[in-house]
Amino acid sequence: MSAGKPLPHESAAAHVQGTARYTDDQPRFAGMLSAWPVLAPYAHARITGLDTAPALTVPGVVSVLDYRDVPGENDSSAHKGDETLLPETHVMFHKQAVVWILAESDAAARTGAALVQISYEPLTPILSVEEAIARGSFHAAPQTLTRGDPEGAMNEAAYRLSGELFVGGQDHFYLETHVSWAVPEPDGSVHITSSTQHPSETQGVVANVLGVPAHQVTVTCLRMGGAFGGKESQAAPYAALAALAARKTGRPVRVRLRREHDMVLTGKRHPFWGCYEVGFSSEGLLGAVRLELYSDGGFSSDLSMPVMSRALFHADNAYFVPHLHVSGRVCKTHKVSQTAFRGFGGPQGMVFCEEIMDRVARHLGLAPEGVRARNFYRGNGETATTHYGQEIIDNRLGRVWHDVLKASDFAERKADVAAFNAGHPHTKRGLAVTPVKFGVSFNNTPMNQAGALVLIYLDGSVGLNHGGTEMGQGLYTKMLQVASSALGVPLAQFRTLPTATDKVPNTSPTAASSGADLNGQAVRSACETLKARLAGVAAKLLGLSAPEDLVFEGGVVYCRFQPSLRVLFIDVVRQAYLAQVPLFATGFYRTPNLHFNAETGKGRPFHYFAYGAAVSEVEVDGFTGEFRLRRVDIVEDAGASLNPLVDKGQIEGGFVQGMGWLTMEETLWDASGRFVTNAPSVYKIPTIADVPEDFNVTLLPRAAQEGVIYGSKAVGEPPLMLALSVREAIREAVSAFAPEVPRRVELALPATPEAILRAVDAVRTPTREPVPGD
Amino acid sequence: MAQSLRVWINGSEERISGVAPTTMLLDYLRASGRVGTKEGCAEGDCGACTVAVRGERGVQAVNSCIVPLGAVSNYEIVTAEGLVRNGVLHPVQEALARAGGSQCGYCTPGFVMSLFAAQYSGERGDGVLEGNLCRCTGYLPIREAARSPSAPAADDPYFTSTQPAEAADYSVGDEHFFSPRSLKGALELLSLHPGAKPIAGGTDVGVELNKVGRRNAVLVSLAGVPELRRLTETAAGLELGGALTLSELEARLGGRVPLLETMLRSFAARQIRNRATLAGNLATASPVGDLAPVLLACGARVKLVSLGGERTVALSDFFTGYRTTVQRPGELIASVTVPKPDAPRLEAVYKVGKRGADDISTVAAAFSLELKADKIVTSARLAYGGVAATPVRALEVEQFLIGRPWTERTAAEAAGRLRGLFTPLSDLRGSAEYRRALVGNLFEKFFYEHSAEVAA
Ligand SMILES: Cc1cc2nc3c(=O)[nH]c(=O)nc-3n(C[C@H](O)[C@H](O)[C@H](O)COP(=O)(O)OP(=O)(O)OC[C@H]3O[C@@H](n4cnc5c(N)ncnc54)[C@H](O)[C@@H]3O)c2cc1C
Ligand code: FES
Ligand code: FES
Repeated sequence: MSAGKPLPHESAAAHVQGTARYTDDQPRFAGMLSAWPVLAPYAHARITGLDTAPALTVPGVVSVLDYRDVPGENDSSAHKGDETLLPETHVMFHKQAVVWILAESDAAARTGAALVQISYEPLTPILSVEEAIARGSFHAAPQTLTRGDPEGAMNEAAYRLSGELFVGGQDHFYLETHVSWAVPEPDGSVHITSSTQHPSETQGVVANVLGVPAHQVTVTCLRMGGAFGGKESQAAPYAALAALAARKTGRPVRVRLRREHDMVLTGKRHPFWGCYEVGFSSEGLLGAVRLELYSDGGFSSDLSMPVMSRALFHADNAYFVPHLHVSGRVCKTHKVSQTAFRGFGGPQGMVFCEEIMDRVARHLGLAPEGVRARNFYRGNGETATTHYGQEIIDNRLGRVWHDVLKASDFAERKADVAAFNAGHPHTKRGLAVTPVKFGVSFNNTPMNQAGALVLIYLDGSVGLNHGGTEMGQGLYTKMLQVASSALGVPLAQFRTLPTATDKVPNTSPTAASSGADLNGQAVRSACETLKARLAGVAAKLLGLSAPEDLVFEGGVVYCRFQPSLRVLFIDVVRQAYLAQVPLFATGFYRTPNLHFNAETGKGRPFHYFAYGAAVSEVEVDGFTGEFRLRRVDIVEDAGASLNPLVDKGQIEGGFVQGMGWLTMEETLWDASGRFVTNAPSVYKIPTIADVPEDFNVTLLPRAAQEGVIYGSKAVGEPPLMLALSVREAIREAVSAFAPEVPRRVELALPATPEAILRAVDAVRTPTREPVPGD
Repeated sequence: MAQSLRVWINGSEERISGVAPTTMLLDYLRASGRVGTKEGCAEGDCGACTVAVRGERGVQAVNSCIVPLGAVSNYEIVTAEGLVRNGVLHPVQEALARAGGSQCGYCTPGFVMSLFAAQYSGERGDGVLEGNLCRCTGYLPIREAARSPSAPAADDPYFTSTQPAEAADYSVGDEHFFSPRSLKGALELLSLHPGAKPIAGGTDVGVELNKVGRRNAVLVSLAGVPELRRLTETAAGLELGGALTLSELEARLGGRVPLLETMLRSFAARQIRNRATLAGNLATASPVGDLAPVLLACGARVKLVSLGGERTVALSDFFTGYRTTVQRPGELIASVTVPKPDAPRLEAVYKVGKRGADDISTVAAAFSLELKADKIVTSARLAYGGVAATPVRALEVEQFLIGRPWTERTAAEAAGRLRGLFTPLSDLRGSAEYRRALVGNLFEKFFYEHSAEVAA
C-alpha cells in the first residue's frame, strides 16, 4: 500500500527539470493579449473623470477595460456584493486598479496605461484599526464567544493584568504571482486557466461578472507556484478580468500580475490589534480571560469574518480557561482587502493567547513552560472542553509536549543557556517551548464536503479527478497514494488530471488544511464504488460466489482465503467493459457530526484537533537587536501520516513561514495609505541563512486518528504557529539583559532587530510593573 | 553595428535579431518557449530566474530577469530544461527531487541552476543559495540536497562552444548595446552618444529598466573593458579595477583587504555578486550602498577617467549629495585604490538589516583605528551607510578619538557622540531613532569585540 510511504512529490522530477507547467507556461495562443493595470494614486477618492482614449493611440494597444465593460454584476466578491471589480465612482485603496489596458504585448499595454487620464477628488481615508474604531467603520457586527462568568471570575482572581498588542500582516509571497488565462470559445463559453485554490468560486465569480450561467465557464487549475491562502478568494478578480477582456475582444487574454502589482493589489494576512485582561492564581492557573480583537479587514469583507471566527476559536490555543469572553470585530479601512493566509486567523488568536501566558508567568516569576503546561486542557469533561463547547476527545497535548521536551534536552539546555548568559554581557540566549492545538475543518460547516471522479480506461490505466488543487502541499501526491491504495493498483498506472470545474463541480476551496482529509475520503469512496463493481466481475471470472472476499492489491485481484485464485486487474477491467459495467465513478464525502450554533457560540465545529509543540533557541545581540535562531525541535501530530516526506516538508516550511511573519516580514503603509513594503527588496521573507542547521522534526508516533483518511491528520496550517516558540525564545533572551529578573518583557511584532533592541533597552532600564492586585 | 546577437542556449547556437537589446534574458527565454525558467520578482531578489551562463568570467549563476540580452552576446546559457541528458536527471536535479526539495516547484529550477553553477566554482554551503527564495520548503531538504557531492563531468556536455566569449555590439533600430573592448573605445562611445549610459553588471541598471520600462536607448557595457578589470598591487596599495565583479574580488583579494572581504560576504547574494561591480556600487551613490563605508574606512581613492584625461579624488570627496557624485558626464570610474596601511590597524565592519542575509542595510558601519603600543589612538576612520544622504565619515568623532586611550570609557564616550552626530531619516528599513542608536552601538560592539585583542 502506498499510503504512508515517504514518496517524493509526484511532480518532483518535472519541477527540477522546469517542465512542470504553471498557468503562464502554457503555449501562447495566437493573438493572445496582455493586460496592464492603471492604478489609483489615492487610498480613498471619488472618480471625477475617466478618459481612456489616449491609451488606444499606442501601437499594439487593442482595447481597454473599465466599469462600462461589465455585462453582469461588477463585483468579484462571490455574492457579498461589496467588492467592485472595476471602480466606477470610488477608489477604495491606494493602487486599486481602475482600468486595464489590453495590448499585443506587456510593453504596449504598459505604455498605454501611462496615458490613461483619470481625475480624482481625494477623500479622507481610514488607514488603521485605531482610526476605524474611532470612526465606527466596521464590516459586520462583533462576533463573541463566552464561557462561564468572566466578569465574576475576574473580580475574584488573586492576580489581574491587562495589556494590548498589535500583530502585523504578512504578504503571501507565493513565488508564482496571480495569473489567469481566458480563452473565448466560439459557442460563447469561456475557458479559464487560473492559479486558484478555489476553481468553483472562481467559476462563479466569472459567470456572475459576465452575466452568464455557470456552465458557460470552465475553470482549470494546473498547479500553483504557492498559494498559502492568497489564492483562495483572490484569484477570482483576475480570472474575471481575463474573461471580460476575452469576451470584449474575442481574443485569448492573459492577466498576470507582476510582483510589484501583486504586492499592492492582493490581500494579505490580517493585521490584528487587541486588548486583554487576565485573572489568575498564584500558581499561574488561568481563572478568567477577556480578550477584545480587532482585525484590519481592508475595503471589502472578503474572508475577514471567518478569519475572525477562527481567531476567536483559537484564542485558547491549548489552554483551559474556565471563564472566557472573546470578541472580534473586522475594521473596514481603505486598504487592500485582507484575506486568508495559512492559519486563517488562528495564528493571530494564538499570538494573543501566548502573550497572555507569558505575562502571567513572568509576573509571578515562574518558568513560562511550567505555566503553559499547567494550564493545558486535561482530563475529561469541563477541563477538556473548549470555550465553544467542543469536547476534546483525543487530547495529545501532553504527548507532544513530553516528547519535544525530551527530544530537545530542554532542562539541560536551559541550564546551559543560563550559564552562557552569565558569561556574556552583550549577547544573550533564550530557550522556549510553545504548544499548538489547531481545529481542523472549515468553520463554515457546509463547506466540509468534497467530490471525486475516477476513470478507469480499458488498458487498466486510471485517471484521477478530485476537487482539490495542488499548490505545493503535496495533495496530488497524497491523493494518488490514496487512490492507489484503495483500488489496489500501482501508482504508475494513475494520472492526476488538472483540477477543473467540468469534472468535479461545486467544490470547496483547497484550504483549512482539509484538502487531503476531504478529497481523500471522496477519492476513496469513488474507488470503493469501482472496486465493488469490479469485484462482482472478478468473482464471476474466478468462479467465486462472494465478491466481498476479493482483495485488490498491486494490480491483481485475489481471494483472501485462497490467494492462488487470482486475476489481473486489467483483465477484470476488460471483462467489466464487455459485461457493460461502468468503469467510472464519482465519490463524495461530507465530514460527519459537525455543527455550530452562531447564536449561542457553541457546537462542534471541528472534526478533530491537530497538535504540535516546538522548542526554539535563539541568540540576541544586545548592540543591534539582531537574533540568530540556533536550534529548533518540533514534535507534530500528523496522525498516521499519509506521506511523512511531504508532511515533514509542510512542518518545516510552515514553521519557517511563521518565523518570517513573527520576526522579519513587516507590512507597512505610509500616511497616505500607500503600501510601502511592496517589493522583495524591502519585504523580507526568510532565506536559507535564517534556518538553523540544527532543525529536528519528529512526527508523533502511534498517532493514527480515527475517522480520517487512513488515520492521517491535517498538517498544512498547524506548524506555522509553532514559530511562536521563536518569539518566546527571543523574549527569554531579552529578559536576560535585565539587571534583575523582569516582571514583564514587551516585544513588538514582528520582532525585527529594531523591535528587539527596543525591548532590550526597555528591560535594561526597568519601570516598575504595578503591584499585583492594583 | 551588428543587427543580430549570437548565444548558445542549452547547447544550440541561436542568432537573435529584432529583439530589443534591453529585453531581459528571462523574457527572451520565456517568450521563446523556454518556460522552465521562472519569474518571481523581476528585480534580482528571488532567484527563480537563475540560469547558468559562461561568458567572460567563466561559468556563473545569474539572475536572468535583470540581465539584458545585449550583455550576453556570445554567452553560453544553460537552463534547468537543458540539464537533462538522454532522459537522465542531472545529479543536482536528482538530489533535489529525492530529498523533497520541491513543493510547489516554482523556485526549483532556480535552485537547480544555482547548485549547478556552484559545481564550476567549487563553492559549497548555504552561501550558494542565499539568493534563491523558497516560500514552501523551509530550505532544509534543499540544504540536504546541496550537500550531495557532485562535480562537472570530465567531458562537460553543457558548455561546449570553443568560441571566445567576446561580447559583441548589438542594435535594433535606434537601440544600441555597445560592448567596447577598450577603455578608449568606451569613452569615445560615451562622448559620441551624450545620452548613453554605462552599464557594468547591470544589477542596478537592470532593475531600473524593469521598474520604469525601457528608457536608455544607448547602453555602453564596461564588462569587457580590460583596463577596468585589473587588480594591481603597488607600493602605495591595491588598485582595484572598477569593472571587477564582487565575486572576482572575493576570489582575488586573498585576505589583503579584510574589511572589504568581510563586507562582500554579506553583500546581496551570489547571483548578484557574480555581476555587480565595485565601480557600479560607487557610481550609483546609494546612501545605503555597502562598499562605500568600507572603502571610506580604508581611506580609498577613486580614479576617474575621461577622454580629457584622468584625475584621482579621495572617496570621502566623491559623494556630493543624495545620489550625486563628482563624476562628470563622459567620465568613468577606472579604479579604486585601497592604500596599504603603514601599521596594523584595528578594523571591523558591520551590516544591520531586517534579515541576516541578502538584505539592504539599515545601517552599515566600518571602523579602522591605528593604535600606538600604549593603546593610544593615532588615526581613526569611522564610516557609515544609511545614516545620511551619502555614505559618510564621522569626522568629529574621529578627531575626538585621536590621542585618547582605547578604553571602554573612550569607546562609550565616542559612542555617545556618534549617536548625536547624524540626523538619519525614518523609513521602512528602520526609524531614525534606531539608526542613531546603531551608529553608537556598533562602535561599542566594535570595542567589545576587539578590546580583548588589544589587551593581549
Ligand atoms: C537583489 C539585489 C541585492 C542588492 N544588494 C545590495 C547590497 O547588499 N548592498 C549594496 O550596496 N548594493 C546592493 N545592490 C545594488 C547593486 O548590486 C550594487 O549597487 C552594484 O554594485 C552595482 O554594480 P553594477 O556593476 O551592477 O552596476 P550597474 O547596474 O551596471 O550600474 C550602476 C550605475 O553605475 C554606473 N556605472 C557602472 N560602472 C561605472 C563605472 N566604471 N564608471 C562610472 N559609472 C559606472 C552605471 O551607469 C549606473 O548608473 C543589490 C541589488 C540587487 C538587485
Ligand atoms: S525573477 Fe526574482 S530574481 Fe529574477
Ligand atoms: S517549492 Fe514553492 S517556492 Fe520553493
